[in-house]
Amino acid sequence: MNRIKQLFQEKKNILSIYYTAGYPNTGDTIKIAEALEKSGADMLEIGFPYSDPVADGPVIQASSKQSLDQGMTLKLLFEQLKDLRKTVTIPVLLMGYVNPVLQFGVEKFCEACAEVGVDGCIVPDLPMVEYEEFYKDCFEKHNLSNVFLITPQTAEERIHKIDGLTNGFIYLLSSSATTGKNLEVGNTTEAYFSRIKNLNLKNPTMIGFGISDKQTFDKACSYANGAIIGTAFVKAIADGNLEESVSTFMKKFKG
Amino acid sequence: MKYKVNEKGYYGDFGGAYIPEMLYPNVEELRQNYLKIIDDADFQKEFHQLLKDYVGRPSPLYLAKRYSEKYGANIFLKREDLNHTGAHKINNTIGQILLAEKLGKKRIIAETGAGQHGVATATVCALRNLECVIYMGEVDIERQAPNVARMKMLGAKVVPASSGSKTLKDATNEAMRDWINNPVDTHYIIGSVVGPHPYPDMVAIFQSIISEETKKQLLEQTGSDQPDYVLACVGGGSNAMGMFYHFMDDENVKLIAVEAAGKGVSSGFSAATTYLGKEGVLHGSRSILMQTPDGQVVEPHSVSAGLDYPGIGPQHAHLFKTGRGQYVSITDEESLEAGLLCTQLEGIIPAIESAHALAYLEKMEFKAGENVVVCLSGRGDKDLDTYIKYFNL
Repeated sequence: MNRIKQLFQEKKNILSIYYTAGYPNTGDTIKIAEALEKSGADMLEIGFPYSDPVADGPVIQASSKQSLDQGMTLKLLFEQLKDLRKTVTIPVLLMGYVNPVLQFGVEKFCEACAEVGVDGCIVPDLPMVEYEEFYKDCFEKHNLSNVFLITPQTAEERIHKIDGLTNGFIYLLSSSATTGKNLEVGNTTEAYFSRIKNLNLKNPTMIGFGISDKQTFDKACSYANGAIIGTAFVKAIADGNLEESVSTFMKKFKG
Repeated sequence: MKYKVNEKGYYGDFGGAYIPEMLYPNVEELRQNYLKIIDDADFQKEFHQLLKDYVGRPSPLYLAKRYSEKYGANIFLKREDLNHTGAHKINNTIGQILLAEKLGKKRIIAETGAGQHGVATATVCALRNLECVIYMGEVDIERQAPNVARMKMLGAKVVPASSGSKTLKDATNEAMRDWINNPVDTHYIIGSVVGPHPYPDMVAIFQSIISEETKKQLLEQTGSDQPDYVLACVGGGSNAMGMFYHFMDDENVKLIAVEAAGKGVSSGFSAATTYLGKEGVLHGSRSILMQTPDGQVVEPHSVSAGLDYPGIGPQHAHLFKTGRGQYVSITDEESLEAGLLCTQLEGIIPAIESAHALAYLEKMEFKAGENVVVCLSGRGDKDLDTYIKYFNL
């Protein structure tokens, strides 16, 4: 069974961490994955960097730029992930923009993901119609989940369509915003989260964008199967001893 | 209609709407409404009234006598430089501001390279009393200071884009981020035939006034509405698409698009997209763009800020791939020399962007009596500093 599905069957209040591959140093990709699993992360989203990340805020853009400047490529990332499954057992997704995937080759990308033991992908600028027509068969053949995003502005009909196309979880954006904005759970956000909860979707949901501390994490968990932390984590590992930074950061959530 | 957009938002292999979900409702709202709004009789009336009384259209189609003598053909200049604000950009901003009003938007954002689109956007926002925020690369803010001052005077807020190459591409990224963060009340006026569907089609429709007028003017002046050649410069490609639009299906009219070679196509400092680029996705559409084998966008270079962009619009990619258009390039130096030549032969100081199109005349061979139209997309006032430095004036 796909590790993502298994995780959602077995656990609640899932904590998923996003980080940029090859940041702060090119060789850190696997080290961070191992340290995160050790400190209690339930799932990982490894970002493959892109030069023009329009859905991201300044923190993730800067980490992407640094990683690229230091020589990171999708090809190198797959080499780094070759022995991923020798030490990391939790589900791993790759997250990034569509153009590097296109240049790598969609078929080759899916094959490489399956080979190294990646369980799913999040490609925010890959439209649903394109996915359905050109990518879905390939993703399914390689047992990869493809995760779509929804925002407070996503219409209900479209949410159901996304639910039908997804086979991992749905990424619930807390607001329409680039990454790194703070989560302010006001009445409208609560109403939106409740609305989604009451749709009884077949897929589990994870709340992302703006989760930065235990309080916002717990709040998110009351509406969804868990939450995703990105910007706050990328900030926390910018300098200092990597293992220590990861462990200190995770203690805030895992008490 | 062979070269126009299909119902899925594609031109052959190019186009589509590669956007994150956060932009979907805005882009979808536009997609569902743009043709309905544009085709409405009241909209058309208001649009054309403003183009006539405010922009000063129709712009002249001028038979340039001394150019014609020099090159041995009838060289016509389509004088978009005479539009209010000094370039073709205002055709699109007038159209989009009226459309934004119909959609009930209260706030306008735009990206700008040379500043021409920023000025054209700030101008229509002043005219219609709408809040205006313009994103502009830090490098461009330096090299286009007069346009920055104009935008501020017109009441726009100019926000510097300080990521990447700090030019047009990065300004576009920042504008898209703004739109993601302001999903309800804001309309993004994209200045070129780039971006997710329906932008390339919408901008082309607003700019198509250029070729619509040219056809009528040619018929009056030459007895035929079919020239032998039509030339225009291409960054993202909006003046070229406006100039080509009504000639695309006239297969005997040769369409020549002139890209910026920068310091030379192989110099590593170039913006010649069709020569250096490969198919991929940038700023919401599948097109041709300059990129590394890993799919990272390459920083372009051109002396002309308006052509300093690593991609071309999807419709251009389609015209290029099908061979309907011929895509060529001109270096920084060739364009500056052509700008001086135009000034001295015709008494017209062209924008360096437009000077790229003029420079290609030098490389062509004409038969006597052939009719050639060059889109003089903008005037050169904004480029005086560059001309002064290059020619030691």
